[in-house]
Amino acid sequence: MNHRRIDLAQALEQLRQAAAALPAQLPTAVFMEVCGTHTMAAFRCGLHSLMPHNVSLLSGPGCPVCVTAQGDIDLLIELAADRPVTLCTYGDMMRVPGHHGSLEKVRGQGADVRIVYSATDAVRFATDHPDKQIVFAAIGFETTAPATAAAVKSAADLNLKNFSVLSLHKRVMPALTALLSGGSVKINGLMLPGHVAVITGWQHFAPLVDRFKIPCVVSGFEPVHMAASLATLAEMTLEQRADLVNLYPEAVTAEGNLVAQRLIDHVFQPCVVRWRGLCDIPDSGLELRPAFQSFDAMRRYALVRPADDENHACICGKVITGSAQPADCKLFANGCTPVHPLGPCMVSSEGTCAAWFKHRRNK
Amino acid sequence: MKTQLSSKPGDQIVLAHGGGGQLTDELLRDIILPRLDEPPLETMLDSAILSPTGNDRLALTIDSYVVSPWKFPGGDIGRLAVCGSINDLAVVGARPVGLALSLVLTEGFEKSDLEHVMDSIEHAADEAGVNVVTGDTKVVGHDQGDGILITTSALGRISGSHTLNPDLVQPGDVLLINGPVGDHGLAVMMAREMPRMQTAVRSDVAPLNGLIEHLLDELGHAIVFMRDPTRSGLAGTLADLARSAALHIVIHESDIPVRPETRHAADLLGLDVLESANEGKFLMVVRPHAAGKALHLLHQHQLGQDAAIIGKVDDDESLAGVCELLTDIGGRRVLTKPYGEQLPRIC
Repeated sequence: MNHRRIDLAQALEQLRQAAAALPAQLPTAVFMEVCGTHTMAAFRCGLHSLMPHNVSLLSGPGCPVCVTAQGDIDLLIELAADRPVTLCTYGDMMRVPGHHGSLEKVRGQGADVRIVYSATDAVRFATDHPDKQIVFAAIGFETTAPATAAAVKSAADLNLKNFSVLSLHKRVMPALTALLSGGSVKINGLMLPGHVAVITGWQHFAPLVDRFKIPCVVSGFEPVHMAASLATLAEMTLEQRADLVNLYPEAVTAEGNLVAQRLIDHVFQPCVVRWRGLCDIPDSGLELRPAFQSFDAMRRYALVRPADDENHACICGKVITGSAQPADCKLFANGCTPVHPLGPCMVSSEGTCAAWFKHRRNK
Repeated sequence: MKTQLSSKPGDQIVLAHGGGGQLTDELLRDIILPRLDEPPLETMLDSAILSPTGNDRLALTIDSYVVSPWKFPGGDIGRLAVCGSINDLAVVGARPVGLALSLVLTEGFEKSDLEHVMDSIEHAADEAGVNVVTGDTKVVGHDQGDGILITTSALGRISGSHTLNPDLVQPGDVLLINGPVGDHGLAVMMAREMPRMQTAVRSDVAPLNGLIEHLLDELGHAIVFMRDPTRSGLAGTLADLARSAALHIVIHESDIPVRPETRHAADLLGLDVLESANEGKFLMVVRPHAAGKALHLLHQHQLGQDAAIIGKVDDDESLAGVCELLTDIGGRRVLTKPYGEQLPRIC
């Protein structure tokens, strides 16, 4: 591990130097970030426009909302529209399309859908409204899972009968492992999600380096953090070295937040889950443990996940891994657009497909 | 079955259709304007100018106000309803002649709250130097409304031949804003979403007509265009301007004034200050020679103390129609009009 502190200009210069030295047989070094917050931060500061021409940063499956399967969105819509419940959700979920509209649209048709800022808000809403059944749409990676776990635990302590959770939580490591095992991946390095690593610890990601020999950097979210991470990834690529480097030491430790990890483990267990545009990935989801099953909305409302609900023409799985470009997709701008997105790369406003669409339109 | 789902998703109005963003544009373009024989959306101003040429023209505007909560730090729905319509007149260069006021109250709304709102209307109208000359009041059942809804319409007069129009914008023109952006949107969002949290963010809602009249008197034809960046924020207004002027605009992020408490609230709520509403701000495009004087005049006025030059129009034809933000770190990104309802990012 190495811990260094530099400023933005230094980081960009370091990136430029490493990029300039990259061998000719590597026309472009492709790095991937796997965190929606990195995607947004890079977009907001215009980081891409400052990168050398032979370095590119792809958005991986890092936005937990965008990778929620259409069938799972359908379950939320079914709950909100057909069952006598109040659905509490993070605002992120409102526009994500299922097969039959979105939560925003069923709210427009009269369904009781409320935006909350935390799982605790949903529990508070349940205690304040004993006459209503509250379902919390639990979404997010290891960053939001501890809050859901705490909410379920407190609902259990309060013996709340009108609160349940539809767990759509996902885990980053199994997804990255599945992606990198795919074979056709054209990724030279990973910018790992700092917020997830705060919870899991950086050691959690060590198997990626051991197994796939791919350079990995745990990154913070300021422009300087991201530029420094790219520089380090480019240097490792240049030196043909695959290490795991923590460039966010002010927040991320080797072992992470043990209290939060124990909380997740106490309430949830890993399960297979479907990722939009990808596939079913073993152990990449979190379901409630048997002791907390009375809070499981799937059981309480006898919901059934559709067997296979993905649009097979969608090639987001390849776009995410850099082995195809948006224009290679039959659906791109032809049934899949930012206003009516199908795949995760179009759902995310800064996803690769959405960015391509905007760029093309502006030309 | 609790809710009747339509066979085709997208057949119903959703909240975001009223957000002043891309979905509002879609509604206007697809359903509303074609039936009104109106000019295309791109050429529409904040107020209609009733006789487009001549020296003494009338301007007319109308706006409905629904805001939850109706009272927020820095103002309330009454002040908002007066200032909103007055500002829509002001940015087309019109002086207000009179204001029409329509109230739709929900049964159960407290009379004392109505007194509060009417006091605000009176004070704001005084500040703007305009009278409420006609009005209407209706009451609906408690399940048909959310307390209070106000519609105001304002009539104004444009003296002289000065027109303000995006078509007049030229390469070299300079863009100014009269103060920090995002305050109104974030004050309301904080009051709605985090009512328990203490915050210093206050709505900027204020009538701009006095300041704008002064600027027009002093700068005349050097001012080519103005718009108040309300619901879709500065980003939406700039994206619209670049498109309707068919020119390339470059904005310097570090020059855009933003209060620290407002930025903090935006971070907390997962929102973008540039997409948050303003109710006491206007974007002004002036000829290059007048930029310094415009800034000086703004700084002398209470509503322009923190005014800044934020960018410039250029002649890069390959980027015509695009507004680019030169970010704090020297990167570039395209500003786009938000979709509609501002949704917080949590995950």
